[in-house]
Amino acid sequence: MSDVAYKSKGSVLNPLKAFSFMGRKAVTLPLDEPRDGAEYYRGFHVNDWEKCIGCRSCQKICDNQAITMVKIPSLPDDPVKGVRNERPAIDYGRCCWCGLCVDVCPTGSLALSREYIHTCRGDELDSYFILPDPNGMHDKHYGFGWAKSPDSDLVDLNRRPMPEMAPQKRLQSFDEMVHGYSGQEALLEASRCVQCGLCLESCPTHMDAPNYIRSIWEGNLEQAVRDIYQSNPFSSICGRVCTHRCETACSIGRRGTPVAIRWLKRFALDHVDHETVKRIAAEGKGGYLSGHKVAIIGAGPAGLTTAFDLAKKGHEVVVYEAMEKPGGMTRYGIPEYRLPYARLDEDVDVITSLGVKIRYNTRIGKDVTLQQLEQDYDAVLIAIGMQLGRSTRVPGSDNPHVRKAIDLLRMITRGETFPVPRRAAVIGGGNVAMDTARSVARLQMKKYGKVDITVTALEDFDHFLADPVEVEEAREEGIEVLDARGPVECVIREDGTLECLRTVKVISIFDEQGRFAPKYDDSDEQIHPADMVIEAIGQMADLSFLGEALTERLEWNRGRLKVDENGRTSEPWLWATGDVVHGPDVVHAVADGHRTANSIDTCLCGMEKVTQ
Amino acid sequence: MRPENYQAVNHPPSNEYELNFGPNHPGIEGNYAFKVKLEGDIVVAARADAGYLHRGFEKLMEGRLWMQNLAIVPRICVPDPVPMEVCYSMGVEAIGGLEVPARAQWLRVLQLELSRIAAHLFFFGGHAATVGLYTTMFWGIADRDLILDLFEEMTGGRVYHIYNIPGGVRRDLPPGFLKRLNALLDYLESRLSDYDDLFFTNRVLVHRARGVGAMDQKQALEWGVTGPNLRACGLPFDVRRDEPYLVYDQLDFEIPTYAAGDDLSRTLVRRAELEQSVRILRQVAERLPSVEGPIRAPVPNPLAWNLPEGESYTRIESSKGELAYYILSTGGAKPYRVHVRGPSQMHAVQVLEKLAIGARLEDVAQIVFSLDSCPPEVDR
Repeated sequence: MSDVAYKSKGSVLNPLKAFSFMGRKAVTLPLDEPRDGAEYYRGFHVNDWEKCIGCRSCQKICDNQAITMVKIPSLPDDPVKGVRNERPAIDYGRCCWCGLCVDVCPTGSLALSREYIHTCRGDELDSYFILPDPNGMHDKHYGFGWAKSPDSDLVDLNRRPMPEMAPQKRLQSFDEMVHGYSGQEALLEASRCVQCGLCLESCPTHMDAPNYIRSIWEGNLEQAVRDIYQSNPFSSICGRVCTHRCETACSIGRRGTPVAIRWLKRFALDHVDHETVKRIAAEGKGGYLSGHKVAIIGAGPAGLTTAFDLAKKGHEVVVYEAMEKPGGMTRYGIPEYRLPYARLDEDVDVITSLGVKIRYNTRIGKDVTLQQLEQDYDAVLIAIGMQLGRSTRVPGSDNPHVRKAIDLLRMITRGETFPVPRRAAVIGGGNVAMDTARSVARLQMKKYGKVDITVTALEDFDHFLADPVEVEEAREEGIEVLDARGPVECVIREDGTLECLRTVKVISIFDEQGRFAPKYDDSDEQIHPADMVIEAIGQMADLSFLGEALTERLEWNRGRLKVDENGRTSEPWLWATGDVVHGPDVVHAVADGHRTANSIDTCLCGMEKVTQ
Repeated sequence: MRPENYQAVNHPPSNEYELNFGPNHPGIEGNYAFKVKLEGDIVVAARADAGYLHRGFEKLMEGRLWMQNLAIVPRICVPDPVPMEVCYSMGVEAIGGLEVPARAQWLRVLQLELSRIAAHLFFFGGHAATVGLYTTMFWGIADRDLILDLFEEMTGGRVYHIYNIPGGVRRDLPPGFLKRLNALLDYLESRLSDYDDLFFTNRVLVHRARGVGAMDQKQALEWGVTGPNLRACGLPFDVRRDEPYLVYDQLDFEIPTYAAGDDLSRTLVRRAELEQSVRILRQVAERLPSVEGPIRAPVPNPLAWNLPEGESYTRIESSKGELAYYILSTGGAKPYRVHVRGPSQMHAVQVLEKLAIGARLEDVAQIVFSLDSCPPEVDR
């Protein structure tokens, strides 16, 4: 055991070495002079209330359940903008300062500071339950320690790319240009969701996107379809053409690209076979018949959603449709490259499989009168949408070469021919303008081999109405999109053909009271040569079938039918829903349909017969 | 009791008696207890009494997301938390098929070796106190604090770093860190002669520790002894060298051994290991600037992360011995089962019970500390 040598004999002077330690700095620090925490120190939280949206992700990741969301009534609470008035409060009796809340925070508002001392003397703060704000818990501004950094960020900011046709290829036909996610891509995209639920609150029909995205992520597509059908029977459609307010509200979109909620919905519907979808949609349909009959005018999303709900509740529903096919504006207003009719037919087939009858080519006021319906049915619903295009009424707009966008789209869907212009100008900056321009572009490509279309919008690009993706895709397809241009004249040649559209620069669109009163700068004029001018500045409803007497009896609000929040008019047997009273898109129509169905059902179950 | 009720109890004639060692006792590390039966002042039997620190970590982990468990694992061994993080992360990476970028691997080694030095300094302090050398204890803990300062810079936390995540590490080094690391290594090396004077070559230690709590290699292997305690029995086994993980195969270091298998050997092995760790860290500091690239493989959103079905058994060398994580995934967002094979359980229970026999009462604390076990890891 000689593996260690020790000094068997020391010197009496050895202890003097101790003196060399006397002058050294103390190892410990006094409480009143704390040294600074390190650069990445994980001290007490700070939270930028301006950036924080109350998404609750910090609460979800917290290993110690130390975070409680506290409502702050003075803060904005706007589901459409994706903001809740909740802010995280931390229980420091539970927190372990792991910083996962910071790394998972979608907005980057939450950070840990370099403050690490919390003692109290006298009347100092003596709580361990703290609502962090930007100043830190003792208002001392210690600065950020562990804050958001690309190194440790656990939020997946980038959307999985969506495979789609190249611009030149998609111009060749009306085939659907977006291919949809593959299984693996959808799973990865679904895994980006932090389940904050802001999408659910922002959605007009409150689709439970967190739930169905979670189901997709778990690989349970049937459950996803079930979750989807809870709130939306037009999901194949919404999965393609929805204006996706959910994605605007998505918390991931604060710093990155929002979760592709719309494409995920589409993925679920595309990958579950149609018969299964029908079976799932029929779940919850009672086996009884109520004996009540409801007539619905218009087989668009609003009307058919109402029909779907009412049929599930055992009412007999008959839908009257003026056109030869169902879908309303989704069929006759949205081009096929965005929404293939086969998908639309499937959605409608699910609804008719519940027993909803649709009478096509039956126009109310012509083939059947409204009075007839009033007599034959317990309730009547108007869900006709807005089928009439509005006109700019600028000089020359009454020329036959000045067409309404909605008429053109309808003709294209029905396969009707019209002279395809070599050069076209579109007035309007909404999605309909884009749809029309891009549809005509496809026709031009087919006929002339090149695209020549100019879109002139009143709004500037900061306030543009069309979806930015639509504008981008339109540009890719060779369409020129101009902002802040006001139409002044459609110049007609002497032979009656169109020469050009004349526009001027827009200075402002609304006056101080917020009324529509565009102001132009006449010195900045542009000429857009065109064989055809297409007006895409909005639509209106054609309610002439109501007849004079009923129009007189009904209450109106600035030319629109006046209804309560559930769509019931002043006539007890008559409801109106969808674009005709609200607008402006499919998902709002679906939301309206649900509300109206509830109202009709409540009314029917509450009394024997509404009509006298 | 009233005198008339008092009756003498007739004990069987015995010169044996029992003493409680802990759970609240300066001679035991942490919340751990030990019952010794003595004959005179010689221990004739000993029984470990664990469980005072049981928090059910393994069970808790079954109810938490893969990423959330990172906040739990370091708590399983307070003085040496880094191997817990690294081992758990490596286990998850093995199941999830994540490849850790090179730079992250070097950073992990950097952190592991720093942690090893910190744990050994802690050990010196604790062990020295059991033989009455309290200055070493203060020094050991004060010098360990300098390492904690570096940890604070590197990871944001002094004790629970939560720096490793499956896929890599959470942050890169702050500017100037390697310079400060080298300065600290210089300082630690300069301190070794002070430690030698005060502790390792101090006749108090040598006389008291030599031959106490001895085991031979065969016993050590039978009892499941690993790490420095095994190397103190003369067997040069170290997972870092014999089953290299991370970048240990690119590093040059020795496996110090001592033959006697007693308290003194166990202490000196750790002193020698500290030097080897310094050596490793110098190499890491030299190599790190040339290892560029990401510090983390992309990991999915921690709130929606399912690991594929599978199991993994990952072992690494902690300052206390061989640490392993057995992780079983059934394809969910949380582990189905996590089992921690910690070195301390063997050392603090079966080995200690045997080594204490024949020792004198005043040496029991020394034996406990020389094995360097960690009560929270025994209890898990």
